[in-house]
Amino acid sequence: MPRITYIEYNGTEHTVDVPVGKSVMQGAIENNIPGIDADCGGECACATCHVYVDEAWLGLVGLPTPGSQEASMLSFAAVTQPDSRLSCQINVTQAMDGLIVRMPEGQH
Amino acid sequence: MSDQSRHIVIVGGGHAGGSAAAVLRQLGWQERITIVGEEPLLPYQRPPLSKQWLSGEATEETLWLRPEKFYADATIDTRLGLRVTRIDRAAKTVTLSDEVMLTYDYLILATGARPRKLPLPGSDLHGVLELRTVADAEALKAALTQGARLAVIGGGYIGLEAAASAKSLGAEVTIIEREARVLARVACPLLSEFFETFHRDRGAVIEVNAQVAGLEGEGGRITGVRLGDGRVIPCDAALIGVGAVPNDELARDAGLSCDGGIVVSLEARTDDPAIFAIGDCTRRPLPLYDRMWRLESVPNALEQAKQAASAICGKPGPAPEVPWFWSDQYELRLQIAGIPFDATDIAVRGSVAEGKFALFHLGADGTVLAVEAVNASMEFMGGRRIIQRRKKLSRAQIEDMAVSMQQLAA
Ligand SMILES: Cc1cc2nc3c(=O)[nH]c(=O)nc-3n(C[C@H](O)[C@H](O)[C@H](O)COP(=O)(O)OP(=O)(O)OC[C@H]3O[C@@H](n4cnc5c(N)ncnc54)[C@H](O)[C@@H]3O)c2cc1C
Ligand code: FES
Repeated sequence: MPRITYIEYNGTEHTVDVPVGKSVMQGAIENNIPGIDADCGGECACATCHVYVDEAWLGLVGLPTPGSQEASMLSFAAVTQPDSRLSCQINVTQAMDGLIVRMPEGQH
Repeated sequence: MSDQSRHIVIVGGGHAGGSAAAVLRQLGWQERITIVGEEPLLPYQRPPLSKQWLSGEATEETLWLRPEKFYADATIDTRLGLRVTRIDRAAKTVTLSDEVMLTYDYLILATGARPRKLPLPGSDLHGVLELRTVADAEALKAALTQGARLAVIGGGYIGLEAAASAKSLGAEVTIIEREARVLARVACPLLSEFFETFHRDRGAVIEVNAQVAGLEGEGGRITGVRLGDGRVIPCDAALIGVGAVPNDELARDAGLSCDGGIVVSLEARTDDPAIFAIGDCTRRPLPLYDRMWRLESVPNALEQAKQAASAICGKPGPAPEVPWFWSDQYELRLQIAGIPFDATDIAVRGSVAEGKFALFHLGADGTVLAVEAVNASMEFMGGRRIIQRRKKLSRAQIEDMAVSMQQLAA
C-alpha cells in the first residue's frame, strides 16, 4: 500500500498507509491527521483540504487543470502557492508511494 | 487511563458529535471520551443521502466520518442505539435508555434536528417518507423504481435534491410547495425562479401556492396527495421535506436556556459552564451579522465542534467563519456564502440563462452580505472573502465581468 507523509504546518510529520483509489484527503481524515478539515467530504466544494505537494512529486501528481472546479476553488483558498492542490482531488496510485504533502497554516 | 481521568460525554453521534470527538483527540485531549448515539451507526455524513446515496454511488462505509478502526485506535467509546434520556446537572450525570448512568466532567450536546411532521390525515400510510437518516434514505431509494411516482411535499433544498435524484433514476416527480415559490425560506426570488425553471425543464411538475389537505391511501398504502383545492396528485410515495426542528428537549428539561435551539456562546458553551452544545440543535451567535441564529449545515457543525473542543482543551478557538452551504441538483452546484439579512439590493454577476452566475446581496451601505453562486465557485470563494472583510461594492462593479473576482476581492 502506498505510504504518504503529511507534514503539519508546525512541522509534525505523519506517515500513513493509504489504499490505492482513495484520495489524499481521505488518507488524512481516516487517520485523523490535524490540518485537513475537508468540510464538504470530498465534493470539491469547500477548499478546506488544501495541501502543498512536495516539489519532487509535483510532476507525478500534477497541477489542477486551468479553469477546473478545483482551480476556481483554489484561487481563493487560504494562502495558496504554485504547488497548491485540493487533496480530495488527488487519487492515490501505487506510483505515489512515498508522496509528501504539506499543510498550509490554516484551512479557513 | 485511570478511573480518575476526566470524562467527556457526547450526546448524539452525528456530524457534529463525531467531529467533536475527532477534534478533541487532534487537540491533545487524552482522557476519556464517550459518544452516545441513538442511531445504530457510527457517525456519518448526511449530505450524500439526498444525492449519491439515492443514485447508489455511496455506501455506508463512504458515508462514515471516520472508519470503524479510528474509534478503537483513538479509544473513543461508542454507545450506539442508545438515547440519553436525562441530564442531572448537579450530579454531572446522564442516564441512558438502558438505565446506565454515566458521569461527566464535560457534556457536549450534539442532538441535531429532526424532520418537521405535518399533522395530516393519512400521515401513517405506508409510502409516506421523510429524509434524515440512512434508514430514511434506504426507504426512499427502494421507492424510486423506474416509472414510480414520487410526490415531494416541500420545495426546500432536501426536497429539490431528492427530486433531482429521483428524476435521474427514472421516477416521475411532482413537487408541492405551499409558498408562491420553491426555496422560499432560504433563497431570493431570482434563484427560486431559476431552480423552478430548471426542474420543470427536466420534467418535474411543480405546484406552488398549494396547500396539502391530506394523504389518500388504499389498503394502508399511499395513493395520492389531496390538495386544498380538491385535486389529488396520484403517487406511489410521498417525501415530506418541510424543514427540521431542533432536538433541544433534553437541554430544556435540564433547565438550560433554549430559544428554538440550545442557546450557546461563540465557545459553543451553554449557560452551564460544563455543558456545550453544537450543530443543528443550537442557536448561536453570528458575529458578522450581530445576531443569534440557528444554522443547519455541515460547516456549522464542524465550526462549533472546533469551538467546543478548543474551549475544553484551553486552546484558542477558530476564527469566526462566514456561514456557508452547498447543494447539488442535477449538474448544478449551488454554493451559498453568508446570509442576506436586511439586504436591499441584488447584483447579478454572470449569465442566468447559461446557468453560471452569482447573486450578490448588498446592504443599504453597499456591504456584501451574501453570495448565492450557481456553477460559479470562483464567485463563491471570492464572495466568502469579501463578506468576511465586510467589503462594500457597488452593483456596477460586481456586474462588470471585465473586473475579475481577484480584483473585486482585493
Ligand atoms: C438529506 C440531507 C442532505 C443534506 N445536505 C447538506 C448539504 O449538502 N450541505 C450541508 O452543509 N448540509 C447538509 N445537510 C445538513 C447537515 O447534514 C446537518 O447540518 C448536519 O448533519 C448536522 O449535524 P448534527 O450532528 O448537528 O446533527 P445530526 O447529524 O442530525 O446528528 C444528531 C444525532 O444525534 C442523535 N440524537 C438525538 N437525540 C439524542 C439523544 N437524546 N441521545 C442520543 N442520541 C441522540 C440523532 O439520532 C442523530 O444521530 C443535509 C441534511 C440532510 C438530512
Ligand atoms: S474536501 Fe472539500 S474541497 Fe476537498
